[in-house]
Amino acid sequence: MRSRAMPKPSWNLDYMMWVFTRLSGLSLILLIVIGISAGLLMGARSQMDLGTLMRWTFFPNSNHVLDSEIPDLYLWANGFWQIMQILVVFFAATHGFNGLRVVIEDYSLSGFWQIFLRFLILLLWIFSIMVGIYVILGS
Amino acid sequence: MALSRKVSLSAGAKYKGGGPMLAWVLHRISGLGIIIFVTLHVIASFFTQQFGSDLGISINIIYESIYFQLFIVFCAIFHGVNGFRIIVLDIWPRLIRYQKESTWLEWFVILPLYGLTVFIMIQRFLEG
Repeated sequence: MRSRAMPKPSWNLDYMMWVFTRLSGLSLILLIVIGISAGLLMGARSQMDLGTLMRWTFFPNSNHVLDSEIPDLYLWANGFWQIMQILVVFFAATHGFNGLRVVIEDYSLSGFWQIFLRFLILLLWIFSIMVGIYVILGS
Repeated sequence: MALSRKVSLSAGAKYKGGGPMLAWVLHRISGLGIIIFVTLHVIASFFTQQFGSDLGISINIIYESIYFQLFIVFCAIFHGVNGFRIIVLDIWPRLIRYQKESTWLEWFVILPLYGLTVFIMIQRFLEG
């Protein structure tokens, strides 16, 4: 038994996604730090409970803070936060579905099934990003 | 890049990988847990927002239960902290010599964060 070797640095899917996984992980941590800091600055310290702040932190959508004591939503629902949400959805969905691909390919056969499952995950990825952005722009 | 591993379940269970192996296993489980939660949540909010349907509400009941929340909070904290550890070890490969120590350090970060969160969540849950 040996561990999966690190992919060779070149323009192939495995190496590009290896790099992307690290970069998107750091980006998501950064986005979460921005979300929690901005939330605390915008009044979460006195007007929210921990659960509401956590929901805002992981996904800065104004629907997540509706049932708190925020007097009005103009700081919490605007284009800036919509862009942040789209970034979270893009990084998280790509990171997540690529992780799912890696886990599946550790256990599945190569050849037809590998291509089939990759195609299925590609479809799920595109579908979830489209639905996510649709929900963000509609909320 | 599918690897063929002819390892039985019992042989796998006897493998003594220690802390780094536990981190690897939990990283997979927590990643899959987050995928399940986020997918359910996107589907639920899509159906609630677009159609006002009961499907969204019935999915909400699953992941708003305290057990699912305790699980998903662990997944999020563990996956974030362990992922950060992996990134640090990949950026400075010489630190790989200390990867066992790095998993201890990681638990020193995760356990207080998760313990405090669980304390507050259970307190709120018992208050109703």
